[in-house]
Amino acid sequence: MNFTNFGRYLLLLRAVFRKPEKLKIYIREMVKQMNYIGVGSLGLISIISTFIGAVMTLQIAFQLVSDFIPKTIIGSVNRDSTILELSPTISAIVLAGKIGSAISSEIGTMRVTEQIDALEIMGINAPGYLILPKIIAGITMVPLLVIVSMFLSITGGYIGGTLSGAVSPAEYIQGITTDFNPYTIVVALVKAFVFGFVITSVPAYEGFYVKGGAVEVSQASTRAVVVSCITILACDYIVTQLLL
Amino acid sequence: MIEIRDINKSFDENQVLKGISSKFESGVTNLIIGGSGSGKTTLLKCMVGLHQPDSGSVLYDDRDFTPMDFQERIEIRKEIGMLFQGSALFDSLTVEENIMFPLNMFTQQTHAEKLDRVNFCLERVNLEGKNKLFPAELSGGMKKRVGIARAIAMNPKYLFCDEPNSGLDPKTSIVIDELIKEITEEYNTTTIVVTHDMNSVMGIGDYILFLYEGKKFWEGSNKEIAHTDIQELNDFVFASRFMKAAKAKF
Repeated sequence: MNFTNFGRYLLLLRAVFRKPEKLKIYIREMVKQMNYIGVGSLGLISIISTFIGAVMTLQIAFQLVSDFIPKTIIGSVNRDSTILELSPTISAIVLAGKIGSAISSEIGTMRVTEQIDALEIMGINAPGYLILPKIIAGITMVPLLVIVSMFLSITGGYIGGTLSGAVSPAEYIQGITTDFNPYTIVVALVKAFVFGFVITSVPAYEGFYVKGGAVEVSQASTRAVVVSCITILACDYIVTQLLL
Repeated sequence: MIEIRDINKSFDENQVLKGISSKFESGVTNLIIGGSGSGKTTLLKCMVGLHQPDSGSVLYDDRDFTPMDFQERIEIRKEIGMLFQGSALFDSLTVEENIMFPLNMFTQQTHAEKLDRVNFCLERVNLEGKNKLFPAELSGGMKKRVGIARAIAMNPKYLFCDEPNSGLDPKTSIVIDELIKEITEEYNTTTIVVTHDMNSVMGIGDYILFLYEGKKFWEGSNKEIAHTDIQELNDFVFASRFMKAAKAKF
């Protein structure tokens, strides 16, 4: 995003947060988006998190082969990596692909088929009506998905570790419960909140200013995913730097 | 009545509208015609606020629309209905929900009252019973009629139509034209139609504004258009052999 785009993005956000014309309709739209973003992504996040947890356990076990390192470390390293980085960031990048491209192409198609013009002529604040419910759904559902992801990733680590014999169930459980710092959950949720905002607002911006036709809509969709992913990684660094 | 005064609009170095002024009366069908790239859609978009003119003003019954901000424009926009070239129906909503949309947003009516209004509008455009269909299930002509039904749902004082006949067969075009004319006369709306369809010009053009290269070139009625000797207008209106032959009979 260059400076002009960033400026237009901020102006769009200002329009997004104008007072809604009718709160009831916005809430209805928000619930629809929460269902799409949250419930609709649950399966994908569950599968990815479980496998990542299992693979992480195996790789940590592979790297920590030493008589001086207790095997309980496998559980605690897996837990901290999952909570602080893997669950929020991997979930966000996967969701940027799934939800970001959908948001960008939906709004972009509405732009090129004059549906956004129709909203504006009716006197409706199109950025607010189209984008605000998505942003609120994003910042509420992505943290919930990340919580599910954390749980499943740690559970996946348990399953993967015990099935392969890399770590015993008792050692793994002892590992994940030893020296647990609840603050890591706070950091993860702050990240998830920020990522939820990025995943919904950046693609909405890309879609909202599309000009042209089908080709431009698909290009905007691709750009939305790429810019979202880069922004997620940049925000990940900034939040980590600020909170840890 | 809508009045435009000295409207200018440029995109980068390209000046699309050059000092256009005109008055569009209520209760008559006002047409803006011109060749491709003459600036008619840009003028329409300047009038409804989708483009901001570089200079000039648009007055809705003496209320200057141009300097207003988004909030101030809302009151006037509630009085505007617009039919888009591609109908611009919301894909994810049914016909009923599309027409009900502005009512949901801006009125405090009960669901039964809104449904009555939807059914009345659908009846008005001869689409009774099509409430539950989605836009993808409609033909081009039906989409235009649903677009008209949505445009009149709020009882607009001003009705704008951007190329209402594009992509339609001649018979359906006439149905749409007649519908626009009937609604204009019935509700005394100020109706402005952008078109390059000669059947519309001859059929419903109570007042015609001809644009050429971004300038107002001629204005008059469909009765007067056949008797002008302006070369650019004649080249546009009587471009086809059929129209040339028809002109000879006038």
